[in-house]
Parts: sequence; structure tokens; C-alpha cells
Amino acid sequence: MLRALIGDRAVVAVAGFVLAGAIVIAFANQALPPTHDLHASIFAVGLIGKYLCFALLALAIDLVWGYAGILSLGHGVFWGLGGYAMGMHLMRLIGPRGVYGHPVLPDFMVFLNWTELPWYWRGFDQVWFALLMVVLVPSVFAFVFGWLAFRSRVSGVYLSIITQALTYATMLAFFRNDMGFGGNNGLTDFRELFGFSLRDDGMRVGLMLASALAVVLGLALCRLMVASRFGKVLIAVRDAESRVRFLGYRPEAYKLAALVVSAALAGIAGALYVPQVGIINPSEFAPTFSIEAVIWVAVGGRGTLAGAVVGAVLVNALKSWFTTAMPDLWLFALGGLFILVTLLMPKGVLGLISSLPAAFLRRGVIAAHPA
Amino acid sequence: MGLLRPLVLSLALLIFGALGQVPAARAQHGGDDPVAAIAAASGFDELARAIDRLAVSGHPQALAVVEALRAGTLGVRAADRALLWRDGEGRFRDAATGAMVEGINPREVRPIRVNNRVRRSLDAALGALQLTSPDPRIRLAAAERVFRARDPEAIPALEAQIARETDPRIRRVMEGARAAAVLASDRDVAAKVEAVATIRNRYDLDARGLLASVRDQPPEVMDAAAAAIRAIDRHLALVHAAQDVVFGLSLGSVLLLAAIGLAITFGVMGVINMAHGEMVMIGAYTTFVVQDWIRDSAPQLFDISLFIALPLAFCVAALAGVVIERTIIRFLYGRPLETLLATFGLSLILQQAVRVLFGPNNREVGNPSWMSGSIELFELTLTRNRVAIILFGFAVFFALLLVIRRSRFGLEMRAVTQNRRMAGSMGIRTPWVDSLTFALGSGVAGLAGVALSQIDNVSPNLGQGYIIDSFMVVVFGGVGNLWGTLVAAYTLGIINKLLEPFAGAVLGKIAVLVLLVLFIQVKPRGLFPLKGRAVEA
Repeated sequence: MLRALIGDRAVVAVAGFVLAGAIVIAFANQALPPTHDLHASIFAVGLIGKYLCFALLALAIDLVWGYAGILSLGHGVFWGLGGYAMGMHLMRLIGPRGVYGHPVLPDFMVFLNWTELPWYWRGFDQVWFALLMVVLVPSVFAFVFGWLAFRSRVSGVYLSIITQALTYATMLAFFRNDMGFGGNNGLTDFRELFGFSLRDDGMRVGLMLASALAVVLGLALCRLMVASRFGKVLIAVRDAESRVRFLGYRPEAYKLAALVVSAALAGIAGALYVPQVGIINPSEFAPTFSIEAVIWVAVGGRGTLAGAVVGAVLVNALKSWFTTAMPDLWLFALGGLFILVTLLMPKGVLGLISSLPAAFLRRGVIAAHPA
Repeated sequence: MGLLRPLVLSLALLIFGALGQVPAARAQHGGDDPVAAIAAASGFDELARAIDRLAVSGHPQALAVVEALRAGTLGVRAADRALLWRDGEGRFRDAATGAMVEGINPREVRPIRVNNRVRRSLDAALGALQLTSPDPRIRLAAAERVFRARDPEAIPALEAQIARETDPRIRRVMEGARAAAVLASDRDVAAKVEAVATIRNRYDLDARGLLASVRDQPPEVMDAAAAAIRAIDRHLALVHAAQDVVFGLSLGSVLLLAAIGLAITFGVMGVINMAHGEMVMIGAYTTFVVQDWIRDSAPQLFDISLFIALPLAFCVAALAGVVIERTIIRFLYGRPLETLLATFGLSLILQQAVRVLFGPNNREVGNPSWMSGSIELFELTLTRNRVAIILFGFAVFFALLLVIRRSRFGLEMRAVTQNRRMAGSMGIRTPWVDSLTFALGSGVAGLAGVALSQIDNVSPNLGQGYIIDSFMVVVFGGVGNLWGTLVAAYTLGIINKLLEPFAGAVLGKIAVLVLLVLFIQVKPRGLFPLKGRAVEA
């Protein structure tokens, strides 16, 4: 097992880098005085925390796309559901400190003249229940969807389009006020988590560190999965599903398992994201967001796990820089990235790096990788 | 002939005027002349009776007199008790003839005062007079007013006019009004039951409201009213369903237009073009540019602006399609997931380019005059632009079908789709056909853009809103099958509109999407799958 864990040098390197980087940033924020040259502002901490959540989401997508050949354009659903579960917990923790001062109901329900908490909001005042739901709701959703889709052998672009429709439908549903999730304003105005104020610097550093830990654990889990016998079959399903079926395996079961684990990871990523940005609203379900997350994976390198993390951080750092420096050009850059990566870098940044030494050594053409 | 009519009319007017003049001259003592009777009336009761008589007299100036009295501009000249009224410009007119009278000192004219009793008479007289107005619109409005007022005193005037009425539609409304008045009168049960039947025959909400408000009537009448309400409800439900189906057809044509280009690029070529919506957007913006140019330099062409925009939009979008195919998609054949991502990136670039060029806000694209307004078909109201889009959708569909089935290019296209290598061996330049096919699909999307610019906001996000729906239509109909796309578009459109009244617009849309996901469980290859023996999709 340990050998499987450290078998992929890129994964080990990225995991180590994430952990070390997060600790250094935390140290630079907490231990160094603000006047120090190397002091990390709380803004930087929040930014890194966000990137790490995106990295975990990208990892989840890489697991199904890179290893099971399922291009999901709807991972925003799992991410958003996890985020809403966390958001509901944070909402309940506000208690009577809302604008309207209602002891139980969140502000937006009081505003809508609701008198009672809807049944699906019950239990979210308990941490253990909320954390359970963060994992359970996306997983169950993925299980039902995947079971329906894989059973009837919907695959390839059809599956992609349906997942996109799914996230679109979810977005429309969550925009409705009647759903009881705050309509288009979503859930916001959070106060505290685990008894710590969310406005406290220490808490935000803690959340960032937790995100880093989640990414490292996610990498380990995915690495264990793909290096196991299960992972081998999964890759076989990706490359030749019919052949796997003729050999007596049930590809549906393998794909379903990968999708459920992936959804759970995405849910956790969303749940870590919400307290750090302080809001969750239906725009997380927008089809554009999900497809953007796919391009993080493509940029980093599909089917490498480490690439997903690298790609997510890289693209989002690029986005942060573009949207402050030249906001009008960001969409051009993002669109260009989509085209360039698919046309010229099918293996992503990681593939480029790993092929460089070989290219120098052999001074030859890079061998074409099987799709 | 053309000259004769006005001649006869003016002659008649002259004679009428003269006739009116004579009695007016000896109007001092009242007598037979209803206008003079008003001037002579002493006391409100007498005035009211004079008004009632004027209403049924058929006097040509009756309406003007009643309206002046209502507006408080009718007065009597103290010197000769002549009746005068002031028109909108403040000039005095003789009440008996309507002729202008010069040189009147306003102080000499004493206005005639009215009380509520007189006002009631005035209103009734006005209703009766308007019922006989030569203007059909005024007659119709008057009849509707009586229908709502249910004034039994209007029955004689109504009956007189029903006998004379030439317009069948107005006559029906008058009969309904008479029935409503009968229902409110103290006539016998048989007449009232008959009246209920007449009112029911209107089959609208007004009739339902009237029947529902029937109180304190004999049981036979109440029963008849209840039965009539049920009949109206059934009828209205039917009409609503029909209206929903028509709305569904209209939505279906929009879906068809948006999806049909995709049915070619995705269905025939197997290329996932996420930038398809942006081709639609390009078509819409072409329309905007054309209209903008027309507004500036040739406003008289505005009504045919769409016909100028159609070929241009097709060409611009098709050209964009060729460029996209040659520079991006060509390298990604056989890799559908990569195509999807690359074209999505392209859609981002195109949207942002339009945003930079034309600004992020909605641009104004006008409807030509022949597309605004609505037409009535039986009891359904259809806006003209919806009708035009339904027709246009069909036209584009069949034109496309013709190209694919009958033209040389269509033949080559089908050959390449079915067996690329064999087609190549036969001397077909397959890359060339690929480019043209993609151009055709994009061009059709451009045409859709012209149509959609008429009913939707022309903004950089225009295409985005249609892309998911379009893919759903193509997948639902069966990839590679144009007829499937047609059926799927209309089915989805109609289901959507039929669900809307129960579920609301958003829930209806969600329900359709969920239904589609479930449908694909049953028929993963759509409604009309292409038959084949492929193991792998």
C-alpha cells in the first residue's frame, strides 16, 4: 500500500509541495509581523485556500475523466450540494443574531414570511449531521444519476451533455425562492464554525490548512484507488469498455464507484470553499463553472492526479492576475487556453514537463500518447 | 361611381340639415321637436323625459346634444331660448343643426343644470344613441357596456338595433347584451332561461362572471345558469389547451431553429460544437448591423431589413464556420470530448469579442411593421412574429431537407457520413465536404439568429441560452436524423408549455430536463435512432 502511495513521483511531489506551501503561508501570516517583507496578508491566505478547494474539485474530476473516461460537465452539482450542506449548517449557527433576530429561521425565510423550518433544514444545527450530509448528499445524487446513466450505457459526449443539463436544471431549481435555499441570493452572512468566528484570521488560516490537508488526503485516496486492481479495471473501462465487458467485468459498477467517490470529494471541496468565501449561491451550479473546472484538469494533465492540482492552481492564479490586471482579456485568455491545450498539449503541463527530458535525450519527436 | 357617393352623402346632409332647421325655427314652444323640448323643459323631471324622447327620436344631433349636456357645455340663450353648446375649441354651435354660430357673448348663455335623475337618463340615452352610431366600433363598445350594466331600460333600443344591425359580430354581442338585460329585468322564466343560453354562447370570462353573479332568480334560471357556467368552463379549458399547444408550437419552432444547425454538425458530422450558440448570436448581431445601417441611410427599407439580413447572416455565420473548421475542428476529428472543450473555449472568445465590439448590453433590433400586431384565429390570439417564426422554422427545415436529399452536395455529404474512406475512394474530396457541411450547419444557425433577434434580447449571451436546449433536442430526436430533430423540437416545446400552467415556467423546464434524462434510459439513441451495427458509440 505504501508502495502504491509513493509509486507516482509527481503525486508525491505535488502533495509535499501543497502541504509545505500551506504551512509556510500559515507561518508567514501568523508568526511574521505585518511589517515584515515575507508577511502573507490574510487576503493571500484566503486566495490560497480557494485555490486548494478548486484543486480538490479538479482532483475529483480527474478521477472520473482521466481514469474512467467520464467527462462530467456537471461536477458543479456535487460541489454546490456539498457547499449548500455546509452553508445550511453555517446558517443555522447564526441563530438569533440575524437581521430579523428570529431564534431559528434564517433571515431569508423570515423575509419570505415562513413560519416554520422546512423538514430538510432539520438537523443541520448539528456539526456531525452537516458534515455527514456534505459527503452523503452529493454521493447519493451521483449514485442515482450514475446508476441510471451507466445502466443504459449512456457514455461519451451524450453523458457529458446530460451532466451539463443536470447542472443547468439544478441551477434553475436553486434560483427559486420556494426551494428554501435563499433563491438567487443564496446563503450568506455566516458568523462562525466550530465555535470560531469566520472573521478571525486564525480561523481562516485554519481553513486554508484544512483545505491543504484535504487535497493531500484526496491525492492519497485517488492514488490508492488508481494503483489498485480496481484502478486497473477502471483504466481498462476507459480505453475499451466493450472489451472489459466481454471479459466478464461489469463496467457500470466500476464507473459508478468512481463517480460516487468523485462526487464525495467534490462535495467536500465545496464545503471547504463556502466558509472561506462566505457565500454560496446558485451560480456555483452554472454550466460554465463546471466546464471551467474541466479545463483546469486538461491544463494540468488529464489522468495524472498531480496534474489536476497543478492545473487548478495554475489556471486560477492566472485568472486572479488577469481579472485585476486586464479584466477584458481574461475570457480571451481562458478561451484560448481551452483551444491551445486541446490542440497542442493533450497531456497538459505535466505531460509537457515529463516529456521534456526524454525529448532532449532522444532529440526526437515526442511519441504520440494514446487518447 | 367614386364621385357619386360623396355627392349623394353631402346632398343627404343638406336635406337633413334643412329639415333640422325648420323645426328648430319654431322650437320656441317645444312641441314635436325633441331638441327644443330640452330647451323648453322646466324642472329636472321634464328634462329627463325630454332626454328619453330625444334618445329614440333619431334626431341627427341627438348624440351631440346628449354629450354636451353630460359635459355641462349645453346652454340656453336668454334672448330667444335657442339651444347652444360649446365644442372643444370653445366655439358655440347650434344644438339643432350643429352649425357654428358666430358672435355670441358667453354671458348670455345660461348652462342647463342636471341632477342624478337626469344623469341616469343621459347615460341611458348615450348608450342607446351609441348603439345606433354609424361607427361599428362605437356600436360594439356600447353593446358591451349594456352587457356589463345589465340595464333593462336598454332592451327596446337594443331590440330595435338588433333588427337593423348588419355586422353579425356586433349583432351577437347585442343579443348577449339584450339577454343580460333580460336577466336583470322582471320578465318571465322562459325568457330568462333563453337569455342564459344566449349569454352562454359568448363562451368567455365576462359571460361566466355574469352568470356566476345571478342571484334571487327562479330555480329554473339558477339551474340553467349553473349548467351554462360548467359549459363555459369546459369550453375555456379547451381554448386554453389549444392556446398552450400553439405556444408550444411557437417554442418548438424556436428550438427547431436553434437545433437544426446542430443536427447537421453534431448529428451528421458527429462534431460537438459548443460554439453553435455563438453562430446563432452572430446571425442576430448581423441583423442588428443591417438594421443599424438601414436606420442611418435607408429608412424606407426597414420593412425588408430581415430579408436583407437573412442571406448576410447565413454567409457571415457560414464563413465563421469554415474558419473554425479549418483552424480547430479539423485537427480534432474522432476526439469528441476534446472538440467539446475546444469549441467551448471558442464560444468564450466569440462572446467576449462581441462584448468588446458591441458592448455588453442588449442591442435594439426592431420588428418590421408586418411582424408586429396579432391575428385572431377562431378564439386564439397569435402574435404575428410567432406565426412568422413557426413558418420560417418549417421553411428552413424543408429547404435543408431538400439540400441534403436532392443536391449533389447533399449526396456527397451523406456518402462521407456513411463511409468516409469509401467516399474518398470514389473521388469525393472529404475534407472539402467536411468544411462545407460545417459551414452549412453554422449558416443555418445564423439564419436562426435572424429569427431569434425578433423575439429575444440580442446580447452576447444570446447563444448560451439555447445551447443546452439545442443539444437536448438533437439527442432526444436521435442523432443524425433531421426528422427526429423536427419531432423532438415540437414535442419538447409543447410538453414544456403544457407543463407550465401546473408547474410554473422554471419547474416545467426542470421537469422537461429530468424527463429527458429518464427518456434516454429507455432509448439511449433518441426517438429515431440510425440503424447500424457499431459496437462502440
